[in-house]
Amino acid sequence: MADVDLKNNRPLSPHLQIYKPIFTMMMSIVHRITGAALYFGTILVAWWLISVAVGGAYYDFTTGIFNSIVGRLVLFGYTWALIHHMLGGIRHFIWDLGYGLGPGDRDVIAKATLVGSVVLTVLVWAIGLFAI
Amino acid sequence: MNMRTPLSQVRGLGSAKEGTDHFWKQRLTGVANIPLTIFFVFLVIAMIGADHARAAALIASPLVAIILLMMIVSGLYHMRLGMQTIIEDYVPAEGMKIALVMANTFFTVAIGVACIFAVLKISFGG
Repeated sequence: MADVDLKNNRPLSPHLQIYKPIFTMMMSIVHRITGAALYFGTILVAWWLISVAVGGAYYDFTTGIFNSIVGRLVLFGYTWALIHHMLGGIRHFIWDLGYGLGPGDRDVIAKATLVGSVVLTVLVWAIGLFAI
Repeated sequence: MNMRTPLSQVRGLGSAKEGTDHFWKQRLTGVANIPLTIFFVFLVIAMIGADHARAAALIASPLVAIILLMMIVSGLYHMRLGMQTIIEDYVPAEGMKIALVMANTFFTVAIGVACIFAVLKISFGG
């Protein structure tokens, strides 16, 4: 027993790098990344609301930035992250309830959330750009 | 030197008494965020090209302001829980972990107060 290290260098469970990437795993990682992106995206929501509260030239300045090419690209990415994270959340609710965990089903709903997020993002922007 | 194993030192101390609290609130706010965020997306679409008077009038209308405030509270609570999980997963150093979990709450409260203040000012302040 003398050489048994009870405190340090004990074996740990292996982390992600030992696994072959699979689709549901990649979607799980993207779910976390989009969540973290949305976290910092709240700065834009606060900025936007404050610009409306301040009004005047500051509102025009802020909306000018949001309307610029870079601003629109950021907001497009924001829209996709929001929709992807929402659909991913719904997928997790389905899994939480015990459905869709079979070998075929789990990939189908994971792919559905990815395709759905792209389609809905384009749809939201089409409504925004052409219908208003 | 303490010869006891890490496990024996915590045996008998009981649980943290939090149980599924974090998990449940993550789901609760997640469910709430679905309709609230869909509303928000359509609100932003309705705001496209709006001058200040129109934007302020839209946010100041009671239904919009109330739903917006609910989205701010639910969304920020949800994101705070999520970021806490990320920190706890990836930051092994105890001191840094505690500092970041605290910073997470500070960030959430700062953004929340800023958003709520703005909506209330638009609604009441004219």
